[in-house]
Amino acid sequence: MTKEISLEHVWVEFGEFTAVQKANLTIAGGEFFSFLGPSGCGKTTLLRCISGFQEPTRGVVKIGGKNMKGVGPNKRPTALIFQNLALFPLRSVADNIAFPLEVRGVDKKTRRKRADELLELIALTGQGDKKISELSGGQKQRVAIARALAVEPDILLLDEPLSALDLKLRQHMRTELRAIQKQVGLTFIYITHDQGEALTMSDRIAVMNKGKVEQIGDGKTIYDHPGTGFVASFVGENNVLEGTVLSNDGTIVKVDTGLGVPFVVANHATEKGALVPGDACQMFIRPEALRIAAGDDDRNRFECNFVTEEFEGNMRHIVLDASGRKLKMSMINDGRNPIDGSAPIALDFAPEMGIALPPGPLASA
Amino acid sequence: MNKRSLSAMVPSLYLVLFFTYLFGPLIIMVITAFNSSGFPRVSPWECFTTDWFGKLAADNKLIEGLGNSLIIGVGVVVVAIPIGLAAAIMLSQVGPKLRASLYTIFIAPILVPGVVIGLSTLIFWDRIGTFFNAPYESFFYSGTFLTIIGQVTFIAAYSMLVFLSRIQRFDHTLTEAALDMGASPTQAFVKVLLPFMAPAIGSATVLAFLASLENYNTTVFTIVSSSTFTTVLSSKVRYGLDPSISAVAVIIIAITLIGAIIFECRNRYMSVGWIKVVADRPALKIATHPGTVAAILAVMVLAAVGFIKSHDSSACQAEILNQKRALQQQLMEQQAISTPAPATPAETTTGDTAPANPFGGANNNIFAPQNLGGSTAEPEPEPAEPQSSSPFGKGNIFAPENLTTPPPDGG
Ligand SMILES: Nc1ncnc2c1ncn2[C@@H]1O[C@H](COP(=O)(O)OP(=O)(O)OP(=O)(O)O)[C@@H](O)[C@H]1O
Ligand SMILES: [Mg+2]
Repeated sequence: MTKEISLEHVWVEFGEFTAVQKANLTIAGGEFFSFLGPSGCGKTTLLRCISGFQEPTRGVVKIGGKNMKGVGPNKRPTALIFQNLALFPLRSVADNIAFPLEVRGVDKKTRRKRADELLELIALTGQGDKKISELSGGQKQRVAIARALAVEPDILLLDEPLSALDLKLRQHMRTELRAIQKQVGLTFIYITHDQGEALTMSDRIAVMNKGKVEQIGDGKTIYDHPGTGFVASFVGENNVLEGTVLSNDGTIVKVDTGLGVPFVVANHATEKGALVPGDACQMFIRPEALRIAAGDDDRNRFECNFVTEEFEGNMRHIVLDASGRKLKMSMINDGRNPIDGSAPIALDFAPEMGIALPPGPLASA
Repeated sequence: MNKRSLSAMVPSLYLVLFFTYLFGPLIIMVITAFNSSGFPRVSPWECFTTDWFGKLAADNKLIEGLGNSLIIGVGVVVVAIPIGLAAAIMLSQVGPKLRASLYTIFIAPILVPGVVIGLSTLIFWDRIGTFFNAPYESFFYSGTFLTIIGQVTFIAAYSMLVFLSRIQRFDHTLTEAALDMGASPTQAFVKVLLPFMAPAIGSATVLAFLASLENYNTTVFTIVSSSTFTTVLSSKVRYGLDPSISAVAVIIIAITLIGAIIFECRNRYMSVGWIKVVADRPALKIATHPGTVAAILAVMVLAAVGFIKSHDSSACQAEILNQKRALQQQLMEQQAISTPAPATPAETTTGDTAPANPFGGANNNIFAPQNLGGSTAEPEPEPAEPQSSSPFGKGNIFAPENLTTPPPDGG
C-alpha cells in the first residue's frame, strides 16, 4: 500500500522568483522523510507540489510511479497537515475527523465508528462532541493528524505541525508521531526548521537552502559528514575557519588557517578536483570536538584566550578568541572547571573531526 | 454637589432626547392609527378606532402594491445574494491590484443615483425588447421584472459589502484542507465556505429584502404601469392621506418587533450561560425556547387581529359627529350675529313671522359640508305641519333653488 514518491528536476518559479530549483529526490514507501531548512527556503512550496496545490513550472512529481501532472489535490493519495492545522472551526471534533469520509459519501454510522477509532488512536476517546475551540494546542494537533489518517492515505505530509507547541508538548508529540507512523506504516514527509526534530524522528533528511536541496542523508550523515558549508553550519553548531589548502591526498587535507601549525583535517568535498593546493577553503570544527589539549601528537593543536561562558545546565559553552577569530567550545558540565580565564588555553581536536570544504554560503545565525 | 448632579443629568437628558428623536415619530404614527380622525393626527383625539385596519385590508390598490413589493423583494433576494456572494468570493481571491479596480466597479451602482439606475434600466431593456421585436406583454416590459433587475444592480453591491466583511476573516487554507481531504470544489464550497458565510447570508438577505421593499426612486421608473407598496403610498401622499398609512406602519413595526424578540430569545437561549442554567430545569428550558416565545407572540397577534375585527367605534364616532355639528352650528350662530343676514332673501320671507333665526332648523346648516350636496344621512324630523313657526322650517334660504321660488308655505 505504501507508494514511492519521486521528484524529478522539479522547479517552481513565481514570476522572477525561484522558490524551488531542480529538486531531485526519491522517497521510499514507509519512510519518515524530513525537509529541513531555514524559513522561506521553499519547503512548503515543495510539499504543495507533492500534495497537488502547486504545479511545478518544470519537472515531474511521481507518486507510485504515476505522473501526477494535472491530478488535483483531492485525487492524490496524500493527506496534508497544514502549517496552521486548518481544522474546521464550525464542526465538532468527530465531524472534523470524519470529513474525508463524509465527502466520499460514507454513511453516518460508519463515519462515527471510524471517528471513534481514530479518537482512540490519538488518545482523545470520548471527546468527539467537543468544539475545536475547546481543545488545547496539542489536542488540535492530534485531531489534525487523525483527520488526515481517516481515509488511510498512502502519504502523510506534515508542514511544521509542531512549531506552535511548547517544548515539552513538542517532545511528547514527536514520540507520538513517530509511534503513529510505525503503527500505521505510512510514508511521512515532514517539514521542519527545527533540526532536533528532524534528527530525532527522520529516517532521512533533505537539507534545503534558497530553494535548493543541499544534501540528503540520514541524521548521522548530515551531522557528521556535511556535504556543503551551508549544511555544516546550519545543522548543529560549527566553528568555521577560513584557510588555504596546502596539500590534499583525497581524504586528508592540510589547511593553513593562520592559527599556528597547519591543521590536518578530513576532506568532505563531494566534487572531484576540488580543494587543490592553493585553493581557498573553509574548515569546520564542532564545538564538542574541541577539548583542552592533553599533549597527544596526532591531534591538531592551537592556542586561544577565554572570552566568556554560556551556561546551559548540562553543557557549558565556552566562547574563545583565537588570533581574532571567535570560536566556541562545548563541554559536559561534570562539576570541574579546568579553564583558567587569565592564561592562554591550549586546545586540540582529532583530525577526522575537522571538515574541509570548498568555500560557499553559510547559514546566517 | 449641585453642579455634579447637574453634570450627571446631562447624559440622561441626552439619552432622553436621543430616544425621543429616534422613536417619537414611530410612537406618534402608531397613535394616529387608532384615532378616528380622517387625517392622521394625534390631537384632537376623537375616538379610539380600529377601522383604519379594516380600511387598509379593503384597499385593493395598496394590497396589490404590497403583493408586488413582496414578489419583487423575494426576486431581488434570490438574484442579488448569489451575485453579491460571488463578487465577494472573487474579490477575496484576486491579487491586490485587480481587487482595487474590481471593487470600484462592483461598488459603483451604490454611488449612482437611484433615479439614474431606474431610468437607464428602463431604457436599456426597452431597447433590447425592441431589438428582439418583443411584444409589450413580454418580460422586457414587465414592471416586476424591470424592478427586480434595476434593484439588483445596487442591492447586490450592498450584499457584497456584507459578505466581504465576513469573508475577510475566512481562512482559505480551510478550503485547501477540504480539497486535500478529497472534497470536490463544490463540496468544499458547500461544506466549508457556505457554513462560514451563513450568518452573513442571513443578514444580507434581510438587508436586501428591506432595501427592495422600501426602494422608491429606482422603482418609480422601472415599475412602469404596475405599482408597489412604496409607489402606492407616495401617490396616496399626493392625493390625500388617511390613517390607514399609520395602520401599515403599525403592522410593519409589529412584524419587526416580533422578529427582533424571537431572534433575541434565540440568541439568549443558545448562549452558553443559559444552557447551563436550564440544563437540569426542563420546564424552564421549554418555557424559554424561542418556539414557545414565537407561539405566545402568535397568540397575541391573533388576539390583536380578533380585537381589531370586532371593535366597533361607530357609537363614539356618531357622537363625535354630533359634537362637531353642534360646534359648527355654534360657529355659524356667531357668524350670524357679526354679519347681518342678507337682505333680499329676508325680504321675500319676512312679514308674518317673528324675527326668526335665518339659519334655523336642525337641518339647515349650510356650512356643514354634507349639506352642500343636498342629501344628508342623519334622520331629520320632517316638520309635522307646513305652517311651522319658522318660515325657514323646511327650505334652506341659501339653497339656490330656494332663491328663485319662495317656499310655498311661506306667508
Ligand atoms: N504564491 C507565491 N507567490 C510568490 N512567492 C511565493 C508564493 N509562495 C511562496 N512564495 C515564496 O517562495 C519562497 C518559499 O516559500 P515557502 O512557503 O515554501 O517557504 P518555507 O520554506 O515553507 O518557509 P517557512 O519555514 O517559513 O514556512 C518564499 O520566499 C516565498 O516568499
Ligand atoms: Mg512553510
